[in-house]
Amino acid sequence: MSAPAQAASGTQASGPAQQPILETRGLGVDFGGLKALDGLDLAVYPGEIVSVIGPNGAGKTTLFNAITATVAASEGDILFEGESLIGLDPNRVTSRGIARTFQNVRLFANMTVLENVMVSQHCRTRQSVFGALLYTKAFRNEEAEITERGKEVLSFFGSRLTGYRFDQPAYTLSYANRRRLEIARAMATQPKLILLDEPVAGMNPTESAELTGLIGRLRDEWGFAIVVIEHDMEVVREVSDRVVVLDHGVKIAEGDYADVSVDPQVIEAYLGHGATA
Amino acid sequence: MSLAEPPAAPGPSPSASPGGDGSSDDAPPRPPFAQDWRRIARMGAIGAIGQIFISLSNMPVKLDGRAIIEGVLSLGYLSLVVLPLASGSRVGHQIRREGVPHHRPGAHEIIGGAACGALVGGGLSLLAVLIANFDLREPLVNWSPILADLLGFNRGTAFAVIIWLAIGAAVGAAGGLLRVVPPLARRVLWTMVLTLFGAAVLESLTTDLAEGMGIEGLIEWFYAPRGGLTITGAIALAAGSGVLAFVARGRIKGAKSRIDALEGPARNRANLGLILATAAVLVILPMFAGKLTNELLANVGLFVLLALGLNIVVGLAGILDLGYVAFFAVGSYSAAVLTAATSPKIHPELPWFVALIGVVLLTGLVGLFIGAPVIRMRGDYLAIVTLGFGEIIRLLFLSDWLSGWFGGSQGITNIPGAEIFGLATVAGTDPRSVFYLVLAFCAIAIYVSWRLERSRIGRAWMAVREDETVAEAMGINTVNVKLLAFVVGAVLGSFSGAIFSAKVGSVFPASFLILVSIVILVVVIFGGMGNIVGVVAGSAVLIGVLGGPKQPGLLAEFSEFKLLIYGALLVWMMLARPEGLIPSVRRTRELHQEEMAQDAWLRGQTEDDNGGRDATASTAATSGSTVEAARLAGESA
Repeated sequence: MSAPAQAASGTQASGPAQQPILETRGLGVDFGGLKALDGLDLAVYPGEIVSVIGPNGAGKTTLFNAITATVAASEGDILFEGESLIGLDPNRVTSRGIARTFQNVRLFANMTVLENVMVSQHCRTRQSVFGALLYTKAFRNEEAEITERGKEVLSFFGSRLTGYRFDQPAYTLSYANRRRLEIARAMATQPKLILLDEPVAGMNPTESAELTGLIGRLRDEWGFAIVVIEHDMEVVREVSDRVVVLDHGVKIAEGDYADVSVDPQVIEAYLGHGATA
Repeated sequence: MSLAEPPAAPGPSPSASPGGDGSSDDAPPRPPFAQDWRRIARMGAIGAIGQIFISLSNMPVKLDGRAIIEGVLSLGYLSLVVLPLASGSRVGHQIRREGVPHHRPGAHEIIGGAACGALVGGGLSLLAVLIANFDLREPLVNWSPILADLLGFNRGTAFAVIIWLAIGAAVGAAGGLLRVVPPLARRVLWTMVLTLFGAAVLESLTTDLAEGMGIEGLIEWFYAPRGGLTITGAIALAAGSGVLAFVARGRIKGAKSRIDALEGPARNRANLGLILATAAVLVILPMFAGKLTNELLANVGLFVLLALGLNIVVGLAGILDLGYVAFFAVGSYSAAVLTAATSPKIHPELPWFVALIGVVLLTGLVGLFIGAPVIRMRGDYLAIVTLGFGEIIRLLFLSDWLSGWFGGSQGITNIPGAEIFGLATVAGTDPRSVFYLVLAFCAIAIYVSWRLERSRIGRAWMAVREDETVAEAMGINTVNVKLLAFVVGAVLGSFSGAIFSAKVGSVFPASFLILVSIVILVVVIFGGMGNIVGVVAGSAVLIGVLGGPKQPGLLAEFSEFKLLIYGALLVWMMLARPEGLIPSVRRTRELHQEEMAQDAWLRGQTEDDNGGRDATASTAATSGSTVEAARLAGESA
């Protein structure tokens, strides 16, 4: 658990049969003395769905922010496919292959549904101002390509985000569809790893059950590794290969859902001291 | 965009709501004297203060010389009846909401308008009394007998008191009446009033054009020799425009919505037709226009270029640049240095078009240099820093340190005109050629804006404008993208600068005051941020009619009050129509998001979550408290 800081050891993870796609080593994040994350070791393997759970303020979203370089890690290392992400700008992290969604849905509200998934392919495209001005064949091809890919990604969610909705501004979408569009937008960046921050928050039981299935399909059909922060234990039980429990920035348990859900430390973290008695 | 479909146009302007449309006929009329006197008093007081302010700004006296209709109304007196009319009409405004009863407009509105108008006019009565009894010329320069005479029609204070109460009441009642008459009559009336006003205001333009086309006879019939419409001309114009408005009722809107409803290739064809028609008019018009009109068009064009450049920076990428004049200055100065023989330090005397390459490179470089430190800031800080850089550039050109290069306050003079491939020389002496050159560059700028907006870069700009943090997280290098917007904007601005120096023939630091930045920004905001047509319209109205920072507009008399009117227009625009004159669809959405969402909900176009278009209560339920409960249940599981 409380692993010593391994900031110095920036070497390749050696050993396991399969190299983790994402690995944090002794990751710490300080907010002026408050340790939001403290010595966190975490590994995510390709094709795996890992849930991160924990009470409010446990540091779950901070973990995502640190991985995507939105906040700076104060100690430790983050390795993606064996290479460190420390010191990269957020856009570089995304182009390496990590995409995320936000806890409070943050779409480009006044851009259309299709534009939302087109703009997030920015780091996969190369056309410059000149291509656009001269309207070159390469430019048109690329536009057609990203439109196509955008539509493909949107059609993953059935007919909800397709057809006439392509050209509707994102703010007209219902709450659940906004969440779906956010996932689509993350998918369009062509990532290898997707970080979902409370994907079913605010959805009704039917919707969240459906999205749970979609998360599984994201892995099976698209081959993404997925880390998901979730409060809804139904969803966690359904989707996770592995569950990581954080409390006060420290990992208190890790394992499959059945084990973790009976772990006394976890129960205590959620329900308070004395509940284990 | 489906939002542009006819039923989906929820009028953002309040003026759409009043009037006798079908639904209001069953509404009960109100007794005429059951007025909201408090409201009337409040609006009257505000109006009265406004009247006094206008009077003391010297506008009425100054503009009295310019006649609207010969011997009947001058621009000066017009400036004094606008407020009573507006407040008389405004006081009868009812906010219509579903489920809240409203009343059929009637005598109530007219009486209320008259009362409010009388109060507003009373402001002038009060002023007349005060001028007669106190001497406040010391702080208030315009506290003068001339003003008193103007207010009293040369017949003394008592007359002034009575007449302004009467005029206010009459005009206010007319304003109230506007709410009572059916919409068609109102439209016809407005068309007549605006035509008369426009014809009078645009006198120099129409005269100029008529001379070009050889129909001076007609002009002499319409306009009096000393300015203003003749009475017969005014009646003829009013009748003509009234008939035209009556005949054309609803047709223009109908045609517009038909064009809006077109899709795919048909829409493209319609757009192409419109563009070609506009281009044809712009190419042919100057041939018939005299020097004055062409000069005016050239000035408007220069500002269109600047505004298009700034529109990319502010409108698309959302970077509030208050120092945009810097690029105009750098463009002008570099063109001057590269082409003029009189340039102090180096004078390669390049032909204008060759020099333009250097201008673009230099300005792009300056854009990079200014942009690099600025772009990492956000919001207010960025605006303030750009403001500073705008001034720094001007002060550098002014400084003794660089006077060996740029001539300090003496500037660079005797800049040759722009040689166009040996075909023609564009210089200030021939405004027509300047206009054509500007037109060509405006076309380029419009093309650039249009293409970029629909490209990967344009989408990235919009994403940055919407939410910079998320844009960064979605893989957009926000620094590069914003820098690019800065540079593209700078280059478009430098075109304007290069033409400006060839046109004027000299550049001085004094031409690049901070005011220019502000004016360009006002043009962009007023016209409609993010919309090319809006930006062009904004320049035409503000620069063409009112005039630029140093360039006279059609209303040369207004030049003293230009900034006052700019400010008033801007304030009014922000209150009534924050998306601008001709808004971009996107911008309208942004500013009226909630209303539109609500309208869509009312129309039953909100989606439910099962992919259907039919409206159910499910949206409400989804975001409602049931979800919270479900979530809590899940959490405690």
